[in-house]
Amino acid sequence: MTNPTKPTLVCPAGSLRALTLAIDAGADAVYLGLKDATNARNFAGLNFDDAQVREGMRYAHARGRQVLMALNTYADARDTGPWQRAVDRAAELGADALIVGDSAVLAYARRRHPQMRLHLSVQASATTYEAIEFYRERYGISRAVLPRVLTMQQVAHVIRNTSAEIEVFGFGSLCVMVEGRCALSSYVTGQSPNTAGVCSPPSAVRWEEKGDGGVDARLGGVLIDHYGADEPRGYPTLCKGRFDVEGERDYALEEPTSLNTLAMLPQLIEAGVKAFKIEGRQRSPSYVAEVTRVWRAAIDAATSGARYSVQPGWSAQLTRWAEGQQHTLGAYDRPWR
Amino acid sequence: MTQDDRALELTVGPLQYWWARPQMMAFYAEVADSAARRVVLGEVVCSRRNEYKVDDWLALARDLKAAGKEVVLATQALVMSEAELRTLRRIAEQDEFAVEAGDASALRVLWQAGQLRPGRAGFTIGPHINVYSREALQEHAALGATRWVPPLELALDATARINPPDDPVVGPAGVVRSEVFAFGRMPLAFSARCFTARHHRLNKDECEFRCQDDADGLLLKTSEGDAFLVLNGIQTQSAALHCLIGEAQALRAAGASAVRLSPCSRGFARVIELFDAALNRGLAVDEARAELAVLDLPRELVNGFAHRQPGMQVAAV
Repeated sequence: MTNPTKPTLVCPAGSLRALTLAIDAGADAVYLGLKDATNARNFAGLNFDDAQVREGMRYAHARGRQVLMALNTYADARDTGPWQRAVDRAAELGADALIVGDSAVLAYARRRHPQMRLHLSVQASATTYEAIEFYRERYGISRAVLPRVLTMQQVAHVIRNTSAEIEVFGFGSLCVMVEGRCALSSYVTGQSPNTAGVCSPPSAVRWEEKGDGGVDARLGGVLIDHYGADEPRGYPTLCKGRFDVEGERDYALEEPTSLNTLAMLPQLIEAGVKAFKIEGRQRSPSYVAEVTRVWRAAIDAATSGARYSVQPGWSAQLTRWAEGQQHTLGAYDRPWR
Repeated sequence: MTQDDRALELTVGPLQYWWARPQMMAFYAEVADSAARRVVLGEVVCSRRNEYKVDDWLALARDLKAAGKEVVLATQALVMSEAELRTLRRIAEQDEFAVEAGDASALRVLWQAGQLRPGRAGFTIGPHINVYSREALQEHAALGATRWVPPLELALDATARINPPDDPVVGPAGVVRSEVFAFGRMPLAFSARCFTARHHRLNKDECEFRCQDDADGLLLKTSEGDAFLVLNGIQTQSAALHCLIGEAQALRAAGASAVRLSPCSRGFARVIELFDAALNRGLAVDEARAELAVLDLPRELVNGFAHRQPGMQVAAV
């Protein structure tokens, strides 16, 4: 078997600490966002100011790694200034690429900083090569991040038909809905990933202790789940709650579970995937370090020419960090659909 | 006419559910006789729904055109396979009817078709294409769009800023008109997974077409019994119906030239009449609401999204 080009491992950095740990653990690139609504992990205590971006860049670049800046929410009609300024800052600070979903922001970046490398964010919902080619021809994107909806065969088909590089999600929280086209969170809380960079925001969560020793988890007042006294409690992300459909109470949309594509790594590399993204800028630095370490080892193994198999140690490590301690191949695997 | 008494055109949005052919024919026969000016046709949710193929939609489109309606053919919102792209190209490349783009794949095909045939009719930017600012609308107008359905979660004040009535966005194909989603269960999300099949413990590939049983989708309730969402195949909708029947002035102020009414299985002909009466013929809002209340609509009426509130809420207007 020929050894295809080694793909890039792209890891989340919600803080400077996470950034340095990701680099030390073997990330080829990290992605980060500024401390405002211009990126899709707009949580208190997370993200970077200018000084931190500079320090992170120094650390990464000194080691030959890249820093990508996520600018992946939609510019607000009332004031698109913050998005434009974020593009300018990314250029000044020396980001290796911008991750953008909004055509308004893409157009601005292209016009003002034509040398800037652009990655199409998963929030742009480009699920076909026609859509990706649209953004490549129109805005000069070099890479597109695929939404977590395609099967393995569909991923390969996209790659055969576009000249943009393709990045896929390797591990992390699983959106069951197509990214960039989900208004469930704003339906309940008024804030969505597209508009505010958040989904099921903590400010809308309420926990209520119940008489049975259990607890109700509410979002915007809506009962998302009830955990019995002896049940493990999860965060009430609204698509991962238990609901009633025709008298049956179940996880009607998705279970609390994480995406993990380690089992398909050789096929994805063989298909021509150029980068694997680890989700989780909102997770702890230890999560970032450990997940990065496992993925570094897996990508090295899958491109070593030797026979690849998922090491039991890797799975055990990742399971510890997976939502609900379970993981799935998601849409890559047909039965999930 | 002054800005305040322009008629708001009524558009019947694309059918979101899988209805059997006789029900569809009866439905569109009623629409043909209604006050609606425009009808959007096509399968926008799932390519496994095969009651109508492209040729059937085209035949229906011709019938409705003969009945005096302006017809728009919509492409699917979530496109994943080559077969779906083939259907999309057939719709987007034909010149007989205007087209509504469901995703960026359609944008590329429409843009290319427009370059090959200058002077081609402008297209509609569907509600699942992310336009949240004036700059973004300008980017899409540049491709040849002349109609825009804002995303469901966009407030009326944002629509007003993006495409104001006195300073609309203009592209090579002309002025862009805003058409605001004003009635019906809200399509909130799409997935590769079919939730209806999953509920019935079936694989999507062997789904037995169970969504045919749910004329208005399959209701999902909280554990407290509150109606919350609706499963409609790969689409998730609100259980509540968005309804802007009382907001004629706000719609006009936001620059809307048309409103979109999304089909439901019962009472829809009356819904069209009431919207026409309330928005354009001076029917009192209370009376319009009282009339809607006696219809057998699937759930309660809300309007939060129009007013920067959670979509499930009712905002005072």
